[in-house]
Amino acid sequence: MRTVTVRLFARLRELAGADQVSVEVPENATIGQLRQRLQMAYPQLPVSMCAVAVDAEFARDEDNLDPSGQIALLPPVSGG
Amino acid sequence: MIQLTNAPIDYLALTEAVRSPACGAVVLFLGTVRERTGEQVTVALEYEAYTEMAERKLAQVEAETRQRWPVQAMAVVHRLGHLELAEVSVAVAVSCPHRAEAFAACQYAMNRIKEIVPIWKKEIGPDGTGQWVHPTEQRSEKPV
Repeated sequence: MRTVTVRLFARLRELAGADQVSVEVPENATIGQLRQRLQMAYPQLPVSMCAVAVDAEFARDEDNLDPSGQIALLPPVSGG
Repeated sequence: MIQLTNAPIDYLALTEAVRSPACGAVVLFLGTVRERTGEQVTVALEYEAYTEMAERKLAQVEAETRQRWPVQAMAVVHRLGHLELAEVSVAVAVSCPHRAEAFAACQYAMNRIKEIVPIWKKEIGPDGTGQWVHPTEQRSEKPV
């Protein structure tokens, strides 16, 4: 297992009371596994509604997680 | 040209910046802070961004738009922070040889901004409380 830090924005930040959270993931985890771990550790976060970004690019659930990347959980966007 | 800013958007300067002798059309879109959404009354908006990613995604929107239409010049600026009613939250200015493509390019860019750029708005009501807008019909983005 290793610990990764996940940045949070907007409502997620307020729900967690922090602009980032830590979560343990297995070695060689996928983005989908990261989602599962996040949801277990932080049940108040609507993880399934959110996108995951790594190094400022959208990641898919089947992608491998680069634990050294900058990881972010993004709620549905509402710019404009 | 893309930009995120905490200062009021100088949309006249943006419009001037995209004018070109090669173009017969300039389209400027401004998103502005609206007081009423159905029954709900808004007195201000607060915008937040994942800045590094938002800049990258705005650049992607410009690149996609340029692939699809003969855009000569393009400026996209999104405001962040606290905005009062009628203030400009986003400006998209494009110039093209002809008007149909300029309208289409501007609309395409604006639609993509609302799909893929990580910016969020919080609506502040008359009682001072705020509510984040996170559209629920959308699971995430259209990647790529």
